[in-house]
Amino acid sequence: MSPSLITVSYLGAAALFILALGGLSTNVTARRGNLFGIIGMIIAVVVTIAAFVTAHHEVLIGIMIVGGVIGFVLSRRVQMTQMPELVAILHSLVGLAAVLIGFANFMDPTIQYTGVEKTIHEIEVYIGIAIGALTFTGSVVAYGKLSGMIGGQPMLLPARHWLNLAMFIGVIVIAVEFVGTADHDQAIMLLLAMTVIALLFGIHMVAAIGGADMPVVISMLNSYSGWAAAATGFMLSNDLLIVTGALVGSSGAILSYIMCRAMNRHFISVIAGGFGTSGGTSTGGASIEGEVQTIDIPAMAELLNNAKEIMVVPGYGMATAQAQHAIAEITKTLIGKGINVRFGIHPVAGRMPGHMNVLLAEAKVPYDIVFEMDEINDDFPNIDVSIVVGANDTVNPLAQEDADSPIAGMPVLEVWKGKTTVVLKRGMAAGYAGVDNPLFVKENTRMLFGDAKETLDALAQAI
Amino acid sequence: MIIGIPAEIHPGEKRVAASPEIVVKLIAAGFEVIVESGAGANASINDDVFKEAGAGIAADAAGAWGADLVIKVRPPEFNSDLGRHEIELMSEGASLISFIWPAQNQDLLQQFAARKVTVLAMDSIPRISRAQKLDALSSMANIGGYRAVIEAANHFGRFFSGQITAAGKVDPAKVLVIGAGVAGLAAIGAAKSLGAIVRAFDTRPEVKDQILSMDAEFLELDFEEDGTGEGGYAKVMSKEFIEAEMALFARQAYEVDVIITTALIPGKPAPKLITNGMVKTMRAGSVIVDLAAEQGGNCEATVPGEVVDSHGVHVVGYTDLPSRLATQSSQLYGTNVYNLIMEMNPEKDGNIVVDMEDDVIRGATVVKQGEITWPPPPIAVGAERKPSFGGQAIKPEAEQVKAPEEATGFSKMTQFLKSAWFPVALAGLALFGLGQVAPPSFMAHFTVFVLSCFIGYMVIWNVSPTLHTPLMSVTNAISSIIVLGALTQISSSSSLIYILSGIAVFITCVNIVGGFSVTQRMLQMFKG
Repeated sequence: MSPSLITVSYLGAAALFILALGGLSTNVTARRGNLFGIIGMIIAVVVTIAAFVTAHHEVLIGIMIVGGVIGFVLSRRVQMTQMPELVAILHSLVGLAAVLIGFANFMDPTIQYTGVEKTIHEIEVYIGIAIGALTFTGSVVAYGKLSGMIGGQPMLLPARHWLNLAMFIGVIVIAVEFVGTADHDQAIMLLLAMTVIALLFGIHMVAAIGGADMPVVISMLNSYSGWAAAATGFMLSNDLLIVTGALVGSSGAILSYIMCRAMNRHFISVIAGGFGTSGGTSTGGASIEGEVQTIDIPAMAELLNNAKEIMVVPGYGMATAQAQHAIAEITKTLIGKGINVRFGIHPVAGRMPGHMNVLLAEAKVPYDIVFEMDEINDDFPNIDVSIVVGANDTVNPLAQEDADSPIAGMPVLEVWKGKTTVVLKRGMAAGYAGVDNPLFVKENTRMLFGDAKETLDALAQAI
Repeated sequence: MIIGIPAEIHPGEKRVAASPEIVVKLIAAGFEVIVESGAGANASINDDVFKEAGAGIAADAAGAWGADLVIKVRPPEFNSDLGRHEIELMSEGASLISFIWPAQNQDLLQQFAARKVTVLAMDSIPRISRAQKLDALSSMANIGGYRAVIEAANHFGRFFSGQITAAGKVDPAKVLVIGAGVAGLAAIGAAKSLGAIVRAFDTRPEVKDQILSMDAEFLELDFEEDGTGEGGYAKVMSKEFIEAEMALFARQAYEVDVIITTALIPGKPAPKLITNGMVKTMRAGSVIVDLAAEQGGNCEATVPGEVVDSHGVHVVGYTDLPSRLATQSSQLYGTNVYNLIMEMNPEKDGNIVVDMEDDVIRGATVVKQGEITWPPPPIAVGAERKPSFGGQAIKPEAEQVKAPEEATGFSKMTQFLKSAWFPVALAGLALFGLGQVAPPSFMAHFTVFVLSCFIGYMVIWNVSPTLHTPLMSVTNAISSIIVLGALTQISSSSSLIYILSGIAVFITCVNIVGGFSVTQRMLQMFKG
């Protein structure tokens, strides 16, 4: 196959990938976009196999089929509530692949460079492996945290910033050694050493980040997996990898930025780990005095039936309780009674960007009644009943009222401005930020304790 | 345990201590209820309704008073029909829940003690957050505030709301509410919903937000003094403040049509805020409703219990406004009493336990089994009432925390790192360095890379936030394009490279198919 044909195919694939991402701007074009992505991937893979693979065809096809089937089964079996876990584990695979490809490439005796080109190539290999390694372990730890295998609390080692700095310096020092050495075996050892450090760095970085910051972590790892692909592209002098890597990298970076802004947290402080980096803020600010008032299901049903405007504010609790279908059913019934039901979604609700939207879409909640925080936050004074399902920090008035609070300044859904708020919750535990929520003791707040799904199922019967 | 609900005998008192709904709930909680015949008549609740709710009907007062627990609105008094004091009708060891006003009724406490009964005063329940649902004073104040507006409207010869009719334009009435406590806020709400222009004044600056939230105008003095006293009530202000305040009222009296005064200071006679001179300047036909009439009144022209005409202004001095809305009052008061009973009935077994360790119960109990326990020891009310998360008190500390941090070089460094200039400077330096050494082949790739970043930036900002999760899964799938790297190496003769590439192909294939397939699955759901 002629080099130009390969280049044209890659160009086509790159364009299709851009269209795939561009398609996601509306629900209507999104599916077509995904199809473009699939076609792009098929073109790229088929052309590459045709052009470069000269041996091991049977094994290759076998591996691809087995891997593909596994991926397909995974994707069909996964619960929508587990989407963050799936995305995290898939990220780890990209990271691992980058590491493997980096090593394979470096050990390949057929690739020979001299002079500056050799140095640049070595740096490319080095960076590719480093990013890949930390994406790999970081994603694995993120997966562990999201699936509950590892506790959600940040692991804060003493002097963790210094530890990070030491590892970073270590990576730089090894890089200098690595580029300088002419001995191939020694170079491999140095690469391995760096890989170990990068792996540790990935673990340490994500372990130090708390559960509520997970949306940032997931987006960040998404970004890293892109940069790993781009670095690999440089290493292989492959423009398609560079383009794709850059697209994915900037996508993850932008998502991280959006998430950080939604939590009023600076990106650096999220990465540096722990909630609140100035230290000592984990005391939770002002303590909350007052008594919670509870409500039972018949009373709640009556409240809903008598309301005209209802706002549902879902949070991670809705995902863990799998309550989205019950919510959807209630919504349908209420809309049937002429009540205006809407959903208010905080950007960081859940454990990954857009998590709530996916769950609500799964439950067939019409997406034209699902609104972003900025679109509906001013409407709360007109709301008769707000139903908070498993959300906590995203509806905490302390973010506006207490400048000392760890969540101070974070934009929140102002449910307390509505006439009545009903909070569905398991118990009185604080949210991931570890901050008490004065919303629960406000005069116009009623608590409905219990498992969100059971409660909502009962409620669906009652209305 | 039997709960007795006697009829109120105080002249003009129309309330009854519980509504039928409360009777149902009490019976559900394990109590028996006996209602004196005719107890609810003045609140439009006849005996049959009580009977339907499950209560027994006692033919006379003695029947209801003989119960283990008597609930009532007014303090017990001499029953001239029976020729006996109501307290004498109680059995020894029984309990009573009612308004008592122990400070004004010391002799009543002595009589309770002599009768060896337990008495909980609804008016002595401490004002802490936990006890809000027991707070009958607030319930009654709320009703009083509403009723004050209704009385004002009744005596006022015009509409409250502005209208433009075929017969000409009608200006809305202007209402001034003095004192924005529970009653004042209720009055603001009622007057507002009748369509009046409402202004309100209070010496406590923190109620400003509450007034504004009711869509009323908050009248401010150009004067710094906080009128917040113990327990969230108002306190006596300085002489200068009062002068400024009076000047404000004088100006307002000239303008407004209705004045509703609710200014009370605990343990003191009501402050005189509206002088006869001010009344004189009001338009004829204006109305003043004085909710402080019982404590002497905020207006000099007020005659407690009556409506008087002073210089053509109707001055309403009713002291029984909640009783004038008897059905509503009975329902809310009954709920407050019910909540108190339930506080003392934790087992829900139809018995009450007077737990003197409980701050709320301790505060309410004025006589316990013949022993006078009033006044209660002070509890740390301030700590609980304090707006513990109000911004003002906390801000100065936050600034103190920040100050030393800024001094350190480390944080200056962080600031620079956080500023937008750092990445720009870094990128500039890096590009320059790169241009010095990099070969053209690298620069070609680098150009592609940088331009792709910009394309990514433009494209991603257009993605609908709703689709962020599919975005992540699809980017994840396409980042598996890294498989090309493995594919180019899998044909290698070196078995190590072959194995490494093989694993890489395997895992990226999981990723490609998994990523695209799960994205497709999600997007199907978004079809709507």
